[in-house]
Amino acid sequence: MTRRFAKTRTDIAAVVFTGLTGLSTALILTLLAVILGYLAWLGGGQISWRFIFGGTDADMFDTAKAGVFPMLIGTAARVFLMTLFVIPVGVITALYLTEYANPTSLLTRIIRSAVNNLAGVPSIVFGLFGVGFFISFLGGTLDSFTGSPEPRWGKPALLWASLTLAVMTLPVVIVATEEALKAIAPGLREASLALGATKLETILRIVVPNALPGILTGGILAVSRAAGEVAPILFTGAAYYLKDTPHSLTDQFMDLAYHVYVLSTQSPNVEQTRPILFGTVVVLLSLTFLLNIVAVLIRARIRRRLRAAQ
Amino acid sequence: MPSPPSPSPSRSTPGWTGIRRGQHHRPLEVIAEKLIFAISLTAIAMVFLIFLFVGREALPIFAGRVSSAANQESKPIPVSEMDKLSPDQLRSYLNLTPSEFKEMDRETLQALMEVRVDAAKEDTTDRDALVNTVSWRYLLMPYQWTDYDTPVYVWQPVSKIHKYNIVPLIVGSLKTTLVALLFAVPVSLGAAIYVSQLARPNVKEWIKPAVEMLSAVPSVVLGAFAAIVLASALQSLFGLQYRLNAGLAGLALGISSIPIIFSIAEDSLTSVPRSFTQAALALGASRWSAAWQIVVPAAIPGLFAAIVLGFGRCIGETMVVLIASGNAASLSASLLEPTRTLTATIAAELGETVVGGHHYRMLFVLGTLLFVVTFLTNLAGDIVMHRLKKRLEGRS
Repeated sequence: MTRRFAKTRTDIAAVVFTGLTGLSTALILTLLAVILGYLAWLGGGQISWRFIFGGTDADMFDTAKAGVFPMLIGTAARVFLMTLFVIPVGVITALYLTEYANPTSLLTRIIRSAVNNLAGVPSIVFGLFGVGFFISFLGGTLDSFTGSPEPRWGKPALLWASLTLAVMTLPVVIVATEEALKAIAPGLREASLALGATKLETILRIVVPNALPGILTGGILAVSRAAGEVAPILFTGAAYYLKDTPHSLTDQFMDLAYHVYVLSTQSPNVEQTRPILFGTVVVLLSLTFLLNIVAVLIRARIRRRLRAAQ
Repeated sequence: MPSPPSPSPSRSTPGWTGIRRGQHHRPLEVIAEKLIFAISLTAIAMVFLIFLFVGREALPIFAGRVSSAANQESKPIPVSEMDKLSPDQLRSYLNLTPSEFKEMDRETLQALMEVRVDAAKEDTTDRDALVNTVSWRYLLMPYQWTDYDTPVYVWQPVSKIHKYNIVPLIVGSLKTTLVALLFAVPVSLGAAIYVSQLARPNVKEWIKPAVEMLSAVPSVVLGAFAAIVLASALQSLFGLQYRLNAGLAGLALGISSIPIIFSIAEDSLTSVPRSFTQAALALGASRWSAAWQIVVPAAIPGLFAAIVLGFGRCIGETMVVLIASGNAASLSASLLEPTRTLTATIAAELGETVVGGHHYRMLFVLGTLLFVVTFLTNLAGDIVMHRLKKRLEGRS
């Protein structure tokens, strides 16, 4: 009798449990769909050839004349520069962690812990770091070396914004590359060594080429993450309005994500500029999503290979 | 276990196959290994540098070497007499350290002197003007300013008396974070359990990337969505007095923290060996009771780590709260009033400060506080996850 009672209760609990967890999943997916769908609906009307490839010279708050091309250029410039810094350092760190490091040593543990920690530092703190380290310290030192009368390096600039973002996205590249390196069958390395290649040769000729898709994923994810970040570039390089796109490393730049922030908080007429805001949002979202989808597809392939390698 | 200062070859290159190949005598190999090792320390160096350089700008306040008292003891010196002072006199007059003094150009110095002169012109009989508002007492304790009826906590850096009480900002951060976690934690953990334990593999294959897609939505976009679309919807639905408020910001913050809580929880649930579930199923348990009574208890530390890391993410998130919280730095317990967080304060105010001034330094104090809090939560989460995985791998 008691047994039967227990079973009935279990059935109700099973339904409730499965229902609640399933509902949570459904809620998240609905949220995602609603947010994306609504934003696309609000901003879709603004998207035109003119909007994407037009400048802002006329009036950045005029719906008919506004364009986001200078912001696109600024965002592209800062994330491209960032990849130049972050990919070599990230890939080499991942190589050390998987190919050289003793996995149980305290130092390896500290490096991993530092990587995780870096991933959790608030983005605004990266902004402060950019101001305190890159602009005041490095820029100030460079200025005093060159002895220029007015600050050339010690002010917000494209270079400093890119470097700040590079520090921020370092964990993204390391984690993605490491995953790719682990997916390479140990047999490949052993075969290379058995044929007389040294460890360095094996890494350069066998390991890295095989891990290229993973390295690419890391780079794409870092770019996608950095493209949407505003807080780190608020004080290190982004500008509200500029006549021109950046020409040198010390120029400031207009930026897509920063433009979303400007339009949503500092617009002279919120109602009137709303189409521009959501148009910019759609361009930014398309950019980050496109990059992410590519990264997810590559990663799925790597994971399949990882399962095969194990 | 002591760590070697640089890895001795025998420790760091055990060889994939365990065969020693005498490659340590090749200089190129050795140099390459040392170089790779040196570069891999970048992550550690960066965490250290962030602490150092954010803390460096805040240090004068921690050490009590900055005074924001509007009315200094000595008489102000007119800007026109700037050149009559020796650099040393000028430096001590402006309360600057030698390195700061060196960094400043003439115009900044003149601006600082003008600030002094202006400040002295203000009503000198105001007792508040004598107060050094960046000392600890005024940062943390309530104080009854002139024209106030009771002692209050106020953050009001841009006013005649620079009031820097950080309590309203801390409360604002905690308030929005609390709302965010109350919303995000149950939803994310529920979804993590569903995806890792109950969903069919082919369903799982597309749900997981979809949830991760949410993390690809930039926080500035989420903030704009919350402030414009969600705010109007909630206001007309509940008849709220303020469009932008702590609850709204918390809700948006919750959405932005779902991916991190979900992915860490899912990761720790997945790392519970499949043999646990299989054993439970073999003993006659149903799928849900195997999940609820076996897998979830085994992964509890990981779920805890997910919440802790989610907390760190919420406290540190900037753009969502900057756009959607209404930005009123007043102390209140209400979730329906505008509020302001530590992060939003830095983002909103740093652009208007004088480099090296007390307001500038106070914002770095807030940054240091944020860094320390997130560092500790990250460290705690990291250690918990590491132990959990080690334990589960040891058992399987």
